[in-house]
Formats: sequence, structure tokens, C-alpha cells
Amino acid sequence: MKRLSGFVLFALACIATPFIFPDNYYVTVVGLTIFVNIILAVSLNLLMGYAGQISLGHAAFFGLGAYSSAILTIKYGVNPWAAMAAGALFVLVLSYVLARPILRLKGHYLAMATLGLGIIVHIFFVQADQLTGGPDGISGLPTLSLFGVPIDSDMKWYWVLCSYMLLSVLFSLNIADSRAGRALSAIHGSDIAAETMGINTSKVKSHIFVFSALMASVAGSLFAHQQNFVSPESFSFFFSIELVTMVVLGGLGSTFGAVIGAFLLSILPEVLIVFEDFEVLIFGAILIVIMIFLPEGLFVALRNKATMLLSRRLGES
Amino acid sequence: MDQLLQFLISGLTVGSIYALVALGFSIIYNASDVVNFAQGEFVMIGAMSAIFMLKAGLSYPVAAFLSIALTAAVGLALEKFAIEPAKNATVVTTIIITIGASIFLRGAALLIWGKEIYGLPPFTSNNPIRIGNATILPQNLWVMLGTAVAVLAVKYFFDRTRMGKAILACSFNKKAAYLVGINVKRMLLVSYGLSAALGAAAGLLVTPITFMSYGSGVMLGLKGFCAAILGGMGNSMGAVLGGLLLGIIETVGAGFISSGYKDAIAFFVILIVLFVKPSGILGKEEAERV
Amino acid sequence: MRFFKNIITLLSVFSMIFLTGTTMAQAKAKAKPLKIGSILAVTGPASFLGDPELKTLKMYIAEINAKGGINGHKIEFVHYDTKGKAKEAKNFVNRLIKKDKVDIIIGGTTSGNSLAVIDLVQRAKVPFISLAGSIKIVEPVKKWVFKTPHTDKMAAEKIFTDMKKRGIKKVALITGNGGFDKSGRAQCLAMAPKYGIKIVADEQYDNADTDMTTQLTKIRATDAQAILNFGFGKAPAIVAKNIKQLGIKLPVYESHGVASKKFIELAGAAANGIRLPAAALIVADQLPANDPQKKVLLAYKKKFEAKYGPVSTFGGHAYDALFITVDAVKRAGSIDRAKIRDEIEKTHGFVGTGGIFNMSPTDHLGLNLSAFKMIEIQNGNWKLLY
Repeated sequence: MKRLSGFVLFALACIATPFIFPDNYYVTVVGLTIFVNIILAVSLNLLMGYAGQISLGHAAFFGLGAYSSAILTIKYGVNPWAAMAAGALFVLVLSYVLARPILRLKGHYLAMATLGLGIIVHIFFVQADQLTGGPDGISGLPTLSLFGVPIDSDMKWYWVLCSYMLLSVLFSLNIADSRAGRALSAIHGSDIAAETMGINTSKVKSHIFVFSALMASVAGSLFAHQQNFVSPESFSFFFSIELVTMVVLGGLGSTFGAVIGAFLLSILPEVLIVFEDFEVLIFGAILIVIMIFLPEGLFVALRNKATMLLSRRLGES
Repeated sequence: MDQLLQFLISGLTVGSIYALVALGFSIIYNASDVVNFAQGEFVMIGAMSAIFMLKAGLSYPVAAFLSIALTAAVGLALEKFAIEPAKNATVVTTIIITIGASIFLRGAALLIWGKEIYGLPPFTSNNPIRIGNATILPQNLWVMLGTAVAVLAVKYFFDRTRMGKAILACSFNKKAAYLVGINVKRMLLVSYGLSAALGAAAGLLVTPITFMSYGSGVMLGLKGFCAAILGGMGNSMGAVLGGLLLGIIETVGAGFISSGYKDAIAFFVILIVLFVKPSGILGKEEAERV
Repeated sequence: MRFFKNIITLLSVFSMIFLTGTTMAQAKAKAKPLKIGSILAVTGPASFLGDPELKTLKMYIAEINAKGGINGHKIEFVHYDTKGKAKEAKNFVNRLIKKDKVDIIIGGTTSGNSLAVIDLVQRAKVPFISLAGSIKIVEPVKKWVFKTPHTDKMAAEKIFTDMKKRGIKKVALITGNGGFDKSGRAQCLAMAPKYGIKIVADEQYDNADTDMTTQLTKIRATDAQAILNFGFGKAPAIVAKNIKQLGIKLPVYESHGVASKKFIELAGAAANGIRLPAAALIVADQLPANDPQKKVLLAYKKKFEAKYGPVSTFGGHAYDALFITVDAVKRAGSIDRAKIRDEIEKTHGFVGTGGIFNMSPTDHLGLNLSAFKMIEIQNGNWKLLY
């Protein structure tokens, strides 16, 4: 159980927060963005951190989920949950088909391919205006209900997104500890070494690619219903790069690293608002400074430091 | 079909801009395996500083020289204060540092030069030159000439000069390079300075055609990155080939299929090329180190 | 254990931020000024719209406060930069409503930003005056949503009216891929048949593109009698230059998106002869002396140019929104949201920079086609045609 103590504390903190700070803007509005970003960062970290496969197109799967929900519910009157499932199914098929050829690529070429994929999907959102509403997007999604309860307030959305976020984190932590997870870590180290140990790397990689895309798609559907609006620029390649930044900033390969990275990059712009025109400059500077001084990532570096201090103290006594 | 000639010429003019930006990527990549996401910002800084020096009354050649020098200094500073201190960082972490740097430089440009869009006067006359039924602007020829000079210079630098070879050695194996007496630190510094200077020169060449504002570096950098990958990262001939091809795919796609989807068509073609040739057209298939 | 320690740190950071947030909100709740919130695209691709808007608002709010406010209510101004992103616009409007608790919101520089937040202001019952072009913002009418700029539909109609006068029946359309461009394109396609005009080419470019000769070569091969470019930013300047490069001699029309001196500066000689519909502001000095708008326009122009440099029509939209609000608050005699809303809807005969506004429960813009002037660029300057 010790393995999960971190998770339990994290979950408790998330659950306690709205009670400690009721009706607080940072909890009910920024909090929701943070949850969505955490889900995306955690899913991307599965691919990047464990499988060592960079992706600059993660926002595409997020967007496909969101648009599937928006288009199917509004234009075709499909039940929101069915629309979400349909979106996920579409993403599953798409990512499965793409996984093998894309994951054959390495390093910057893989980055390019995923980037291209992301941009093609984005152009589709902008150009297919009959279907997607073009740059103006689509608004007025129906309210999602869960067990007959309509999810129609910020607080209810807090619980829904919080649950999905916690599930994603738990899932990611378990994967890291499973046989598959160890296989993944091996891949990150070296494909060839993993192959010689009898791991079918391309199969494991493509499964993770599909999983990660699915998580993002469902997050997209929920995001669309929560925002009640979708438009292309929420799913641009800039957002994909932001997601990669979250993962690396927190600590590549660590689930809680992704959580911290997503938290920090979501809250930072809110805090930096007061600097107005200086915001961009300061944001860039913070990014550079963190990466220079904590190249392993914020969370991983702090954790290693804490462990070191702890063991030293234990050694002294 | 007399449209095709104009499409091809337009493709070459657009493509040579991409090629010029793509070349900038190859120097830093050759030194450290890092794709420098701030490359587009070098282009922007070169152009913007020249624009404001001209406004301040400096002559064109002086402004051009100073802006290239200034951008090179920015490149050196980036290496010295952001890349070098993170010497133990992985390639991915270094890339994030360059993303941070690109945001930082954009923020600085916003504060210094504001949000307006500016142009530069063309080097020579603005009268289009006719080729059959198609036309081209003299400035486009300047860009092409600039690309040709730059690619030859870069190629000469890496193939023939001691320093170029030393930089290449750093990317193959830092430790080995250090052991044979190469000052790895200095080589990295030089590569950032050169890359930035090349970017600034690109900025000067393209701004009379494309205009420039503090945020223009992003898209130029992106297209340059695509061109470099398409041609094969680190290969200077590949960068030019990739750039020209990308330009032609865009214009022919826009001309014959759909102008709304032309970028999607271009990325689709890049994907297909990568599926067939996973390391770009002229890139070498690398053996993986175990 | 190591997790435990980190979670504690995380929690304390969490709570520190929340605490500052709540205390700030409480501190602000005590005073009773009129709180105007705004979300503008001050940076990003639409910054040339958002920037003059923000400057205008700041300049006049400072002036109003220096004179003692509106009926004694000082204006407290809260602004957030959306960078033109719809997601940010949504978050910031949420912040304005829930955290800053503003009485009215002005902004949404781009149509995308405005459309994204309509649903929020409607639910929170906060009056919202949009500064964006799309007709979708006020049609169908939404109770709490108003806007001051002319619509893209009006621009299309004004252009087609002029084309009809010149006997132009076949038009080649070239537009960008941004929200403004695409919405304008849709209106052009929809309005053309009404004026007996056939769209013979419908080309597009990316707003970051550097060369449009390909699209224009295709247009050259059609039997179009005029070219209509709906776009903003640097792209229309490149289009104008490319038209000249290709030696195309057709009449060229632009939208109100280029109604700033920047366009003429960038396009240079290629801008001459281009026609566009625009608000009277840019030709204020050419208006006849008896024009009711002339005084307002010249005053705004003088004030803005003294402080910031060349005026654009976009800042004017912010001027109109601000003073429609000021008038509404004066008439309402209160800063109650619902009362302000009712009074905005009753705006009648308000002389603004965009025209003379007559709003009603069925018209939340209140401008007609006469508010647009047809302008031609001659010798690098605006020339009022009619």
C-alpha cells in the first residue's frame, strides 16, 4: 500500500480543496482547466516518459474527441455518452492504424510526423466549416447527465473531471508498476535491448499510443461538454507543444511529474496576468530557469533531493 | 497549363524562404543533435532590429550588418546563459529550453518593438520580371541567391574547415571530441552564433516579401523545421531540397487541388515521405547505439 | 515518505495561491464603483485590433474618473489579454464574472472570442458589448449581448452595392482562414445572389502565408470582373502586392478589416485604387461640415493621435461601447446589471464613431448600411467616395 500513499494523499487534497475554499474562482474555474491538462499530460507521459516516444500531435486526439461530441450531439442529436463513445472508437481506429507507421520513426522525425498529424487535424477543424463551424467553432452542447443527475454547475464538473483525472493518474501509476510498465521503461532505455529480452516493442508501443490517444479523446469530449463550446484553436499544435512542456517540466517518466507540470503551466498564466505585457517574457524565463536548474524536471528533481536528504539524515542517526 | 509555370515559380519563391530558415536549424543540430525551436525568433530579431535601425536613420548596409551582429550576439547569449548551464540536460530538456527561449525572445521583442507589422524596402527595384506567362519579383531572386550562397557556405564550413569538422565531431561523440582536444564548449557557442547570424540574414532577405512582426518567427520557424526534416535533418543540401519541395507541394496543391487545404496536403505528403523514408530524403539511416 | 513531503509542499502552494485569491476578492468587494471588465486580443494575430481598443478604453476611463466618474460612480477597469484565443476568452470572462464580479463586460476583439463567451454572459446575466464583426453575435438577438462594429454582412452588402453600380457581375473571392475572414467569406457567398453577382472563384490562404500568387494565378484564369479580398493583418497587403506583380488589372475590393494606415504603408503603391467599406472615422476630415458624426470623430481622432499615433476604426468601436455604457448608466441612475442592460437596449440617436446607433429589443447593434462609407485609396491616402 505504501506504493499508493502518494496517490491517496493527492486524491484527498483534491477532494478537500473545494471544501476548504468554497466558491473560489481558482477551484471551480481554473481547477477544471488544471484537471483536463493533468489528464492530457499524464496520458502523454505514458507515451513520452515510459515509451520514450515524443508526440507533438497530442492535441489532435483531444480535439477529435471534443469535436465528435459536439458534432454528433448537436447536428445529429446523438446521446452525449454515445457520442463520446463514438468519438473514442473513431480515435481508437485512427490511432491504431497510424501507430505502426508513425512509431517506426525516431526522434525528430517522429516529432515531425506527429506534428504533421496534429496540424492536418487542425486544418480539418478550420476548413470543414459545414461540419465543424470553422474558426468560430460550435457552441451549445447539451448538458451531460450522470445517473440521471445533470452536470450543470462548476462544482458538479469539478467532481466529474476530478474523478476522471484521479482514475487516469491511478491507471498511469499502475502501468508503471506492471509488467507492461517495466517493458515500457525498457523501451525508453533501448529498443534493441528490450527486443532481446523478448519484448515485442512495436506492439507495446502501439498499444500505449492507442491508450494515450483514447484517454485524450475522452478528456476532449468532457472538455467540450464542460466548456459548452469547441473551436479549433484549443487544439492547435501550440497546445500540443504546451503539453510536451508540461510533461518535461514536471519530470519525464514520472506520473506525478506530469501532474505537477500540468498544474504549474495551467496556474502560471493566471498568476502572471498582473504583469500584462511582461507576461510572455517572464513565462519564457521561468521555463528556461526551471529546466536549467532542474533538468530532470521539477517533481523528479525535488523528489530525488528529498530522498537524498532523508537518507542522509537516517544515516546520521 | 500555362498556370503551372507560375505555380512552380511561386513554389520556388516560397520554398527558398523555407530553405533559408531550414539551413539555420542544421548548424545547431549538427553540433548538438538539438532542434533549436528559437530559430524562427532569430529570423524575426534580425529583421525587426534592421527595421528599427533603418527607422533610426542608419544606412541599409550598416543596419544589415549591425542587425546580423546583434542577432549573433543573442544566439551567443542564449548558448552561454541557457544552454551551457544545463550541460547535463538530455536532448528533450534542451529542446524545452529552446522553446522557453523562443517564448522569452518573443516577449522581449514585444516589449522593445511593439505589436505592429513592418516591412523592409526591397534590395533592388520592385518591378516584376516576366518569364513566359509567369512573373517573379527581383527580391525573390535575392532570396534564392541568398539561399544558394548560404548552402554553399554551410557545406564548405562543415566539409572543409577545421572548425566545421570539429563541430560535427561534437555531435557524434562529445567525449571523444573532447579527448582529441576539441573545445566542445566553444564549438557549441560558435554554432549558436552562426545559426543566429544565418537566421538574421534570412530575416533581412525575406522581410521585403513577407513583412515581419514580433510573432512572425513562429510560423517561419515551423515551416523551416518541416523543410529541414523533409530533406533530412542536419544535411544542408537536404534543407534546401526540403524547402523548395515543400514550397512547390504547397503551391501545386493549392493550384490544382484546394487552396484551403494546401497546408494539409503538404503535411500529408511529408508524412508519406517519412513513412517510406524514415529519415528524410537525404538523411542517413542511423544505426542505433545500444 | 518522499511523496508525503512533496504533497505537503504542493498543498501549501495550492493554499497560498487560493488564499491570495480570496483575500483579494474580499478586499475589492468593499468599494462601490462601476466595474467594467474587458477581454481584448492585445497580443497575438489580432493585436492590431485589440491594441487600439485597449488604449481607447484606458484613455477615456482615466478621463471620466478624473471628472468624478458617472453620477459619482468611479469606473474600476479590469482587463485581460486573450491573445485572440477562444479558450482564454472563456476563462477570463469566467474570471471577470466570478472573481472580479464586474457589472458589464466590453470586448471580445475577434468574433471567435465573442461567440465563445456569449453563453457565459447569458447565464451569468451580465451585459456584454462585443467589439467583433460577425453578425452571428447579435443575430439571433441574445438578451445580454450587444455589439458596436458593423457586421461582415453589412460590409459584403456595401461592397456588392458598389460593384452593382459599376456593372460588375462576376467576382473572384480570396479570403484568409481566420474567423473574421471565414465569416466574411460566408456572408459574401450568401449575399452575392441578392445583388445579381456570381462568385466565379473562391480561393483561400493561411493568414501566415507569405505569397498568394498561386491563388491569384487561378483567379486570373477566370472571367472575373473584380477581386474581393476579405481579410486582415499583413495578408491583404501581400495579396495587393501579388495582384500588382501578376499584372492583374481588375478592380480590387478589400473589407473593413484593412481600414488602418498600416495597410497602405505595407502595400505601398499596390494599395492605390483599392476600394473598401469602412467607418467614417478614417475620413473624418473629408466629411461635410453638417455631418452629425464629424464633431465626435474629430474629437476622438485628435485625442487618440495626440497620445498614441495614427487612429484606426477599431479603437473607435471601443469608444462607442464605452460611451453607450456611460450613457446607459447615467439614464439608469444605478449600476444594477439588469437596469444597465435595459438602458443599453434603449440607446437611441447615440452618435458614435461607427455611426448613429438606434438599438431596440430586436436590434442589438443599431446601425444601418449608411454607417459604412465607401472609400478608395488614392495616392496612399483614404478618399471618401460616398
